Amino acid sequence: MRLVLDIALTHVISRVRQTLVGMLGVAMGVGFSVMMAALMEGSQRDFVTQLVDSLPHITVSDERRSPPRQPAEDAYAAVEFSGLRTPVTRAGIKNPYAIIASIESWLDGAVAPSVASRAVIRFAGRDTAANVTGIDPRREAAVSKLPTQIRQGTLDSLYKSSNAIILGDKLAARIGARVGNTITLASGTGQVLTCTVVALLHTGVSQSDETQAFTLIKTAQILAGQTALVNAIRVRVRDILEAREIAARIEAQTGYKSVSWQEANEDLLSAFQIRNFVMYTVVGAILLVASFGTYNIISTITHEKTRDIAIMKSLGLAEGTVRSIFFVEAIVIGLAGTVLGWVLGFLLCLALGTIEFKSPFVDATRLPMYYTPVHYLLAASVALVASGIAGYLPARKAASAHPVEIIRGAS
Amino acid sequence: MSEPQRPLIELRRVTKTIGDGVATTLVRDIDVVIRSGEFVAVTGPSGSGKSSLLYLLGLLDVPTSGEVLVEGRSAGNLGEPERARIRLETLGFVFQFHFLLPEFSALANVTLPMRALGRLDDAAMRKRGEALLASLGLEGQGHKLPGQMSGGQRQRVAIARALANEPHVILADEPTGNLDTRSSEQVLAIFRKLVDETGRAIVMVTHDLDLAARADRQIRVVDGRIVV
Ligand SMILES: Nc1ncnc2c1ncn2[C@@H]1O[C@H](COP(=O)(O)OP(=O)(O)OP(=O)(O)O)[C@@H](O)[C@H]1O
Ligand SMILES: [Mg+2]
Repeated sequence: MRLVLDIALTHVISRVRQTLVGMLGVAMGVGFSVMMAALMEGSQRDFVTQLVDSLPHITVSDERRSPPRQPAEDAYAAVEFSGLRTPVTRAGIKNPYAIIASIESWLDGAVAPSVASRAVIRFAGRDTAANVTGIDPRREAAVSKLPTQIRQGTLDSLYKSSNAIILGDKLAARIGARVGNTITLASGTGQVLTCTVVALLHTGVSQSDETQAFTLIKTAQILAGQTALVNAIRVRVRDILEAREIAARIEAQTGYKSVSWQEANEDLLSAFQIRNFVMYTVVGAILLVASFGTYNIISTITHEKTRDIAIMKSLGLAEGTVRSIFFVEAIVIGLAGTVLGWVLGFLLCLALGTIEFKSPFVDATRLPMYYTPVHYLLAASVALVASGIAGYLPARKAASAHPVEIIRGAS
Repeated sequence: MSEPQRPLIELRRVTKTIGDGVATTLVRDIDVVIRSGEFVAVTGPSGSGKSSLLYLLGLLDVPTSGEVLVEGRSAGNLGEPERARIRLETLGFVFQFHFLLPEFSALANVTLPMRALGRLDDAAMRKRGEALLASLGLEGQGHKLPGQMSGGQRQRVAIARALANEPHVILADEPTGNLDTRSSEQVLAIFRKLVDETGRAIVMVTHDLDLAARADRQIRVVDGRIVV
């Protein structure tokens, strides 16, 4: 075995140029694969994190998936209702605080009530529609990133004045309002409230910053014209992967529609699966192309070494020994290329990670790169298997050649 | 060497033809015995089948019909791995062209068959390799690459390599074909010494009738047949 290694290494070293070309081929394959994988998985994870952070993990709303059974249906088997009209005002969640307490009793996470309503905001003669959400500032911190997204002011300043309101920064800019200004809110049910802007909010997502406004629950209830209304319970769980199961449990327990973040983004998540499939195909193709380089080089080396092969065989070296020499050469090129490729891939990731992207819809971001040994090991194993095959085929062919023909031809 | 001459390689009615369709006969109906302690020269016109005969003796090639015996053992039904093993252990080849591995030093070339055999440790192989080179007048040249040596020196390295595993038979195909008279004389002297002092057998193909005349026995091949 040491003999095989010696001869293989000598061949590889004495053919610097070919070896380098082969190594670079593998290195580029591995490097770009690692980069691709880091980029794809990084962006996916980044997206999921943003998704999960920006919305509650589970939203329990005052809707039901199927119409509630009417008491008459229970009393009389023949009775069936269909097409019952829902009342104009939102039903709200019944006994929200009892439900919150019961969820909190078993949940590993946090729960917060909220009131969603819509209103037209009027300031200095300008009107704009907004989603006004009533929240409980003390509970809110546990279920959303809202406290960290406040600019100018604090979440707690909602308590400072009656009818305090926090506006999305772009919303505020649009109507020209600043912190301290008094604005008018008009709801669809005819309520009109005068509110004081106490803070601005910046999520980085234009869609939100242009339409979101937050008040205390009480304020939103007045705006909706329904005291004691709570029409959404927002839940944050510790393990986001359990959100689906927990949502199902809450729904079974309360009867209210509970939507996990996975359910809310089902289409996106399945798009990720397709994306991953595409990624692995492309990565596989890159490595395949790289292995053609190795095949080419081992073929060339064995071709140039035909005479030496005949000599070694005539001296009595076994065919298997000769075959392993060239196989080992391919593996050595593959290994060296892989290590070089790891470095290249890592540097490419670092370089890509520093590029800044500016988008009109979200804040300037850097490409999210995800670093994991899994990518490196995956690329390495594919590269090595490919190199092995690429080396084995010409090695087998060369080793099986008949020495007599070559010796005759050469002397 | 006073040891009684024992048969090392024996060909019995060996014929070798190649090519399907229009078959070419390389050697025809050959009977020959190579014994220990004899220096055999093979002569004959170009294309008569001398090299082919040598390849058959050396188990590099298999006969189309007939039998090859190595030290009394029939090689007919041996597979390539076993034949390779016999070549490694008991036969040594020297070709017209030196056929050294160009990337390896003279010493590494000489120790290659020893390493393949794996009976000696590194130090012993090195020592033996250096001794072999020294016995062929190449003392202290072991570190040189084949490309840094003269034709005669290379051929002597090749002879040292053929002797690496103490083979019983050395098969040499025109070992002096590319050498000047002085180098040829050296090679011949080495062979003579091997036969006389160690009882090895040497089969040497040559065009040079003067050299052939100095062998113990001559085999003349014409048209694939032995004529003497
Ligand atoms: N692959 C082959 N195809 C066809 N004919 C071949 C082949 N190899 C050898 N021959 C023929 O076989 C015959 C014997 O060849 P061989 O090499 O044994 O001769 P030789 O006596 O060694 O000649 P030389 O003295 O020139 O080396 C020659 O006529 C040659 O043309
Ligand atoms: Mg010949």
